[in-house]
Amino acid sequence: MSLIRRKNVPESSEAEIVDAEDDKKSKVPERKNRQWSCLDTCCWMVGCICVVWWLLLFSYNAMPASFPQFVTEAITGPLPDPPGVKVLKEGLKVKHPVVFVPGIVTAGLELWEGKDCTDGLFRKRLWGGTFGEVYKRPLCWMEHMILDNETGLDPPGVRVRPVTGLVAADYFAPGYFVWAVLIGNLARLGYEEKNMYMASYDWRLSFQNTEVRDQTLSRIKSNIELMVATSGGKKAVIIPHSMGVLYFLHFMKWVEAPAPMGGGGGPNWCAKHLKAVMNIGGPFLGVPKSVPGLFSAEVRDIAIIRAVAPGILDKDLFRFHMMLQHVMKVTRTWDSTMSMIPKGGDTIWGGLDWSPEEGYSPGKRDQNNNGTETPDNSEDENLISDAKHAHYGRIISFGKEAAIAAAAELKRIDFRDAVKGRNVANSSCRDVWTEYHDMGFGGINAVAEYKVYTADEILELLQFVAPKMMARGSAHFSYGIAENLDDPKYDHYKYWSNPLETKLPNAPDMEIFTLYGVGIPTERAYVYGLTNSAECAIPFQIDTSAHCADSCLAGGVYTVDGDETVPTLSAGYMCAKGWRGKTRFNPSGIKTYVREYDHAPPATLLEGRGTQSGAHVDIMGNFALIEDVLRVAAGATGEELGGDQIYSDILKWADRIKLDL
Amino acid sequence: MLSFASLLRFLRICIFEHLKCCSLLGCKSYGTPEKKQSPDEKVFQEIKKSRNKRQKPMGWKCVDNCCWIVGYLCTTSWLLLFLLYIVPVSLPGLKGPEIPGARLKREGLVANHPVVLVPGIITGGLELWEGKPCAEPLFRKRLWGGWGSGFTDIFRRPVCWMDHLSLHYETGLDPPGIRVRPAPGLVAADYFAPGYFVWAILIENLAQIGYEDRNMYMAAYDWRLSFQNTEVRDRSLSRLKGQIEIMYATNGDKKVVVFPHSMGAVYFLHFLKWVELPAPVGGGGGSGWCAKYIKAIVNIGPTFLGVPKAFATILSAEGKDISLIRAMAAGLLESEFLGLQTIEHVMRVSRTWDSIVSLLPKGGETVWGNLDWSPEEGYNCESEEKRQLQALSKENNTRSSTDKSLFQVKHHKKYGRIISFGKEASEVVSSQLPTFSKDFMHSSTSANSSTSRGEFWTEYDDMSRENFQKIAENKVYTTTDLLDLLRYVAPKMMQRAEAHYSHGIAENLEDPKYNHHKYWSNPLETMLPDAPDMETYCMYGVGIPTERSYVYKMSPSDRRKGIPFRIDNSADGSDSCLRGGVYFVDGDESVPVLSSGFMCAKGWRGKTRFNPSGSATYVREYRHKPPSSMLEGRGLESAGHVDIMGNVALIEDVLRIAAGATGSELGGDRIHSDLLKMCNRVNVPL
Repeated sequence: MSLIRRKNVPESSEAEIVDAEDDKKSKVPERKNRQWSCLDTCCWMVGCICVVWWLLLFSYNAMPASFPQFVTEAITGPLPDPPGVKVLKEGLKVKHPVVFVPGIVTAGLELWEGKDCTDGLFRKRLWGGTFGEVYKRPLCWMEHMILDNETGLDPPGVRVRPVTGLVAADYFAPGYFVWAVLIGNLARLGYEEKNMYMASYDWRLSFQNTEVRDQTLSRIKSNIELMVATSGGKKAVIIPHSMGVLYFLHFMKWVEAPAPMGGGGGPNWCAKHLKAVMNIGGPFLGVPKSVPGLFSAEVRDIAIIRAVAPGILDKDLFRFHMMLQHVMKVTRTWDSTMSMIPKGGDTIWGGLDWSPEEGYSPGKRDQNNNGTETPDNSEDENLISDAKHAHYGRIISFGKEAAIAAAAELKRIDFRDAVKGRNVANSSCRDVWTEYHDMGFGGINAVAEYKVYTADEILELLQFVAPKMMARGSAHFSYGIAENLDDPKYDHYKYWSNPLETKLPNAPDMEIFTLYGVGIPTERAYVYGLTNSAECAIPFQIDTSAHCADSCLAGGVYTVDGDETVPTLSAGYMCAKGWRGKTRFNPSGIKTYVREYDHAPPATLLEGRGTQSGAHVDIMGNFALIEDVLRVAAGATGEELGGDQIYSDILKWADRIKLDL
Repeated sequence: MLSFASLLRFLRICIFEHLKCCSLLGCKSYGTPEKKQSPDEKVFQEIKKSRNKRQKPMGWKCVDNCCWIVGYLCTTSWLLLFLLYIVPVSLPGLKGPEIPGARLKREGLVANHPVVLVPGIITGGLELWEGKPCAEPLFRKRLWGGWGSGFTDIFRRPVCWMDHLSLHYETGLDPPGIRVRPAPGLVAADYFAPGYFVWAILIENLAQIGYEDRNMYMAAYDWRLSFQNTEVRDRSLSRLKGQIEIMYATNGDKKVVVFPHSMGAVYFLHFLKWVELPAPVGGGGGSGWCAKYIKAIVNIGPTFLGVPKAFATILSAEGKDISLIRAMAAGLLESEFLGLQTIEHVMRVSRTWDSIVSLLPKGGETVWGNLDWSPEEGYNCESEEKRQLQALSKENNTRSSTDKSLFQVKHHKKYGRIISFGKEASEVVSSQLPTFSKDFMHSSTSANSSTSRGEFWTEYDDMSRENFQKIAENKVYTTTDLLDLLRYVAPKMMQRAEAHYSHGIAENLEDPKYNHHKYWSNPLETMLPDAPDMETYCMYGVGIPTERSYVYKMSPSDRRKGIPFRIDNSADGSDSCLRGGVYFVDGDESVPVLSSGFMCAKGWRGKTRFNPSGSATYVREYRHKPPSSMLEGRGLESAGHVDIMGNVALIEDVLRIAAGATGSELGGDRIHSDLLKMCNRVNVPL
């Protein structure tokens, strides 16, 4: 027994050892398998990506600077000279000092004083740049971008100020140029800091408030005087863009008005200091898209935010509806958004039955351009029927039927005296208060029942849904047409940014250009619907399901010709007709020129945003436009540029507008 | 999930901004994996070996391993980075001390007078507006100061960068085809390099009491140019005048307070004179301009009478100011590094900058001392250290011995000899010196080797070795001699620069020749404007050894080209006054007390011929205290030439003046150094 036992024991131990060895052998592959777990694979992948990334980065950094250009040229053939080089070769040189006036949204804002949550952000950009803070602390950021609801000025304890210098608006975000290309080309002619000036202002404020708070208008005035003096008396060329156009209109009036309200420059200030005003993409008569912006926070301009930060406004992340309300709450405190409400009312923008653009069809102009006009009866009929449908005058219609129906068929119930009612959910929405929360279902339904709103009625609508905002705004802006421009009431600053209620300054030698892109569908009128959802939501929404057979109505939006943001009518009318020759708006007969740039999308991806683009911001990189600007800066007159350059139907449309001149 | 989102965001940012990415992520992780790879590789090789023994199928390849490690490290660093991001910005307990601005705001100080900041030499930013093809991607990026994303571009082509920074040797203006311009706005000189503040702290404190862009202006100018040329080329003076007028008008007719720093003090002196003179030479402001627009000039670390180290900079490019560059790129300046003669490069570039000549000591031997005498004589270099020693240990009789050595040392120090060749020459009595002859300086510079005017040409290349020998044999140079010496070794530079600067003392200030712009920046050759209510402050640090005179030697003769003289690093004295070939006196590390304090303490005090209207002057000194801990950064009580801009006491004074206080409300003079004694030894007729 014992022997057997003894024998057995080693055997078994041997077996155990063998077993153990076997185990080991079998365990090792097992463990190996376990090592290749999901986590390891992830790490491995990340590692691979990183290594490749670094290699690419390294080769990118080690690459000679001219390489991208080389590749581009290899693919698309030699690039045309940038306009700066081209014009320099012709012997043009720096002559007149240049002033840039940036538009809404594109200029940077920085923090000078903030609440505790903004620690470390002193003098850093809150707007423009990388927008890093929007991600990190969105609510804090909102708190600082918002203005006071009553005064339209800083909330207590917060000071957000415009960035100064050319950096204020050369790039909006890294790689997204605004003025940079133009500045680069001007520099080739010899321009530098001493004869270029960026008139940056806080674009959230109403125009007069920029003077009240920051003395911005005074500083622009002094800087223009300084530049004119240091350039040997050569007058300045002003280049406003987008809302900057209205801002500068306000400035021209302000600077000549006497001191308490104006700048006290005297009646000849503009004649003495300004050579030309080259308005780029100017919304002289407003933009229809500002209406949905104020009405339901659904602007495409704010879409720049969306483009930069798609995640943030995405529906599912961060509760989109709350986000929209936050946006609305913030933007409604910005007086400047109200400067772009369509001006001139029904006379300019059309009534229920007519509009200046009627008969426009996106396809038609292209055909004209191609020069292959084929008189095709069926198509013409088509066009006519289309024309019947598109009632651009109805800027907001509730439901597609209302947008299409003939005027006689519309049944409208007046909303003006409707009882607003009370919002039941008032208490729960406190943190994101918009004026909609003072409205109950009665009010909302009344608005919807009126069906159709024209430009005049839009103002009443906004007054109905947002009385406090409009009360604040109407102290600074006016949207009408002057009966008699000599009426002393027009000395008030609220009329100064409306070209239909002010006279141009007495400066017969000055020239006014309007430069804008055409050939891009631009928002003109909207089809709205009611939202049926949550208590705190904004009650109205663009009805994105509204489509038409033709391309004019898509996603609830009627589009016309324009530069994607400003319709041609708004950008071109004043220079094409309102100020052409000696009119009551232009008593000294300042020469005006319309320069249109037909949009051509970038041919390849390598071109970036294109050198022939006509889009609202991208046009600042349009070579033809830059060349025009350079020539004027170097001394050319409008005649020397070649006078008008018109691709759109602006003259036809301008003729349809019945306005006393 | 969240971290993944942040990853994605990070990648997106990377796509937009490669460079930022590098600085955030790349550089961090470039370093770490490389370091850690080697030990890890060993481990993995062992694993591999053991595996090979067992002859398992190869699942893990080396590449996979590497990837795995890299991935692991990346993930960890990202996680850490992410944590860093989401950590609440203000951790309780980590808050630094309250900044003086916040405290004063509670006291009720509010922005009152508009403020103008005038930066000094070196600290202002320069950007490129037009350049050679090699600098194409740098358009409108910083070439100097505040380097951000353009820095890698600079680093890749240092020679190109140098080319763009240098000016034309004959005109002192832009070389053809190159336009480098001062960066405008507050960003021009808020940070010199990321994290290295210049004006930033002061700006932040001013902002606390309500200052912003509309009542604060940075008078950026191209600090390489002579002062009058900034007007000729950039209209900088006109713009400064215009901006002051604008701010005066838009702030309810409140006079401005000007804060010049370092060379900015001399620049602003030039401006004061320029602005009142009639139009062709001046700004045409009329004789009441300063009285109308300026409340106070608060000079911070001013270089009124120049700095001795400017001599060393011009002679051998060895100034300590240039050592800023050295500190930032230590390897670069090792001569012969990569075959580039870096020091020569620096010299070639810096000699084209007229502004350096504005920093040469002014007032000649009357102010700076001669062979036997100097106003600082008897300055006790070790006093500072001794005091500390005493505090530490009041022991035994060592004291008496140190006292003795001090007494001896006193005899030796002859600060008036700003440059001596050899340590003996700096110490012997003047009668023992070889008879001084300036004759050789008038002989022609006879270029014996005009053969190779290569890329690195300096005017030394036009001179022969014998000439250098002669210079060295002359042993000792005072300020006046040194100016002659410079005219001898660098005739073209001095000819160019002396059209813009003068370094003497005026005999008769009424002489119409003093209306020439070259005298305007020399406080000893101009009168202050007629503005009795204007206040002038001199605020500067004391308690730091500051270069005052040098011991030189010939450089080894085997080097054909290059700079013939070097500071003799081996010359050390028995006390701390002479170290590494440099004699030190009291000052703020760059500017000796005499230079920054003399005008306010004596030259302009009361009604003198330099200050005919008798406007008030104040001297405010700040004693240096090194930062007590690393957390303090560059110190809250530092008195270093640039670091003083973060000095709490100075900031408080600055804010009070800006908010309307007068000098007497601040407490009048505050003097720690021997300034008054020194001033009394200087015999300038007043």
